[in-house]
Amino acid sequence: MSNQPANDKGKRNSNRVVVGVCLAFLGGMLGMSYAAVPLYSVFCQVTGYGGTTQRTTQYADRVLDREITIRFDANTTGVPWKFEPAQRSIKIKIGATAQVHYTATNMSNEPSTGRATFNVTPDLAGAYFDKVECFCFTDQTLKPGETADMPVVFYVDPDIVDSPEMKDVKTITLSYTMFPVEGSKPVASAPVNSNTDTENKLGG
Amino acid sequence: MAEAAVHSEHRAPYRGWVRWVYSTNHKDIGTLYLIFAIIAGCIGGFLSVMMRMELSEPGVQIFTGLAQMVYGMDPGAAEAGGRSMYNAFTSAHGMIMIFFMVMPALIGGFGNWMVPIMIGAPDMAFPRMNNISFWLLPPALTLLIISMFVPSAPGAYGVGGGWTIYPPLSTTGQPGPAMDLAILSLHIAGASSILGAINFITTIFNMRAPGMTLHKMPLFAWSVLVTAFLLLLSLPVLAGGITMLLTDRNFGTTFFEPSGGGDPILFQHLFWFFAHPEVYILILPGFGIISHIVSTFSKKPVFGYLGMAYAMVAIGVVGFVVWAHHMFTTGISLDTQRYFVFATMVIAVPTGVKIFSWIATMWGGSITLRTPMLWAIAFIFLFTIGGVTGVQLANAGFDRSVHDTYYVVAHFHYVMSLGSVFAIFAGWYYWFPKMSGYMYNSVIARAHFWVTFIGVNLVFFPQHFLGLAGMPRRYIDYPDAFAGWNHISSIGSYISAFGLLIFLFGVAEAFAKKRVAGASPWGEGATTLEWQLPSPPPYHQWEQLPRIK
Repeated sequence: MSNQPANDKGKRNSNRVVVGVCLAFLGGMLGMSYAAVPLYSVFCQVTGYGGTTQRTTQYADRVLDREITIRFDANTTGVPWKFEPAQRSIKIKIGATAQVHYTATNMSNEPSTGRATFNVTPDLAGAYFDKVECFCFTDQTLKPGETADMPVVFYVDPDIVDSPEMKDVKTITLSYTMFPVEGSKPVASAPVNSNTDTENKLGG
Repeated sequence: MAEAAVHSEHRAPYRGWVRWVYSTNHKDIGTLYLIFAIIAGCIGGFLSVMMRMELSEPGVQIFTGLAQMVYGMDPGAAEAGGRSMYNAFTSAHGMIMIFFMVMPALIGGFGNWMVPIMIGAPDMAFPRMNNISFWLLPPALTLLIISMFVPSAPGAYGVGGGWTIYPPLSTTGQPGPAMDLAILSLHIAGASSILGAINFITTIFNMRAPGMTLHKMPLFAWSVLVTAFLLLLSLPVLAGGITMLLTDRNFGTTFFEPSGGGDPILFQHLFWFFAHPEVYILILPGFGIISHIVSTFSKKPVFGYLGMAYAMVAIGVVGFVVWAHHMFTTGISLDTQRYFVFATMVIAVPTGVKIFSWIATMWGGSITLRTPMLWAIAFIFLFTIGGVTGVQLANAGFDRSVHDTYYVVAHFHYVMSLGSVFAIFAGWYYWFPKMSGYMYNSVIARAHFWVTFIGVNLVFFPQHFLGLAGMPRRYIDYPDAFAGWNHISSIGSYISAFGLLIFLFGVAEAFAKKRVAGASPWGEGATTLEWQLPSPPPYHQWEQLPRIK
């Protein structure tokens, strides 16, 4: 029993090492769960996962002799706006650049602000739907009765015909949802900070 | 050696309730965990019987009345209120059974009781942390129960999103305080489990008796070690995910809110990254218990010891990379689906190693069908049924067809309710004489077994048929075509509930009759260290550390 104190000390240190390693794992996993948020955005942006469209500044390098139908959808949630596409659908050649318009009219008697999000269906088409210009994640304020015209410039990446899952797709639907910018939080009335860099992060 | 380990002056330093509240003794805390698990199990079981009572016939039977009675709703509002109440019952049943019944029983209860004894340690590495691990649980359960009585959405009470609490139903869908209470409850239960996991890892790494290498350690200790690692690595992800839910709900963040650039699917990824390991957390300690029981009552060492230990490690590791098989219908690409199908099926390999090793242990053994062995053999049988439907469901194509139907319900109840719970009862009947010092009445115990076995199979086997016929989960009502099997399933749940009463009676009877069990009631097959101590073990064991050859 004479070496008991030394043993105790050794054991305490050793326990601390194990606990330290455990806490490091714990912190690491907690950190990774939060790191998942931006990583997931990047992942969606790169792969088009969940119908996340691609944002680009260049036009397609080739145009295929095959047509694809693009349908347009618009809906609102909680904004007193009439929000709709100018055309319901167009047929374009794969690789050709097209411009379409959405219009939004404030139907209420008060000015209101909206912000649009979007995706494409089928989800896997997101990786091949390249937008050159669009109005996503920008705050738009409309006075009562005011109408805004919002253009979208896009093309369908010719690589789509090389994808085994997408090559037979004849129709892609682009859908915009207009959200109110203020007062959307149901529980607390905490102000919604407009995430101004979301646009850059998410592309589109 | 047993005599040397007993010191009569070693007893609890406090008397009465203070002994339990202040306790730092692993056996006292283990007992608290077991009592807590029994209470939570009764609550969760009550909720499930109410659901089966409701589902015994098409139409809405009891929940309209229940909503009037419990929430004081007027008859008009009670119809919709009753429907949400059913959803709240489903959600609470799931969370209570997972976090407050199975985990406390297997890890906190049997783990605390037996791991230190089996590895020849006097106690856990951090006895006071052990105390807080337990005492975090009652407030967590209280919060969850309170959540059932506070508003969630207009005209609805209690969390109605299932244990998976997917947004947007859990964010904008249920703005009331019920969800916040449930999230807080999960936070606290998670903290409790993480502290427990750290404690087990430290104990098992640092406090094994001289000569007990990891490769000589009993399989139950191995199973708890693997489980502790799974807890440590998966629970922080749940904590992160539900914290994001909480801030989305209350502080205007948009992690899962599309209007701010978030994605609700991200929550499903975070949740299942936790929840798939979680289902292995619920079953692995059961694997350990079953190995001991099968070996004891076959009077043979367990077949393929190292293979059994590393099969659990493999299940734990692979369990982290299969989460999206819960998400086949969320629009993931075909290649992603192919990967998750494959990875999921890989898990069948180490699981098969375990099943075959249990059978090989019994093969040629001198088998005695004492009560724990009955439960253990039934476990192997029922868990295999659940495992086979699991391999079926691993196929994305089949899963798409039966996603969110009763087929899935039947599958996970066969591995959890019939798997984990049978392992818990097997462990209970195996170690009860050791923990209490008293032998239960074997006739009552066998009656409990047979009634439960018939009852739960009657509940869940017909649900396979209902699922294949297309009956969806999480609805209070169903078309008349499903009435027959639903009725049988409900009768099964009453039989199982009666089985629970037999169990409670058997426990009371054992404590009333005080039949002395003796140090090793199971004879020569019981070779692990706990059987070298008297029953119940002394307050402090292994004053002189056992030496393992």
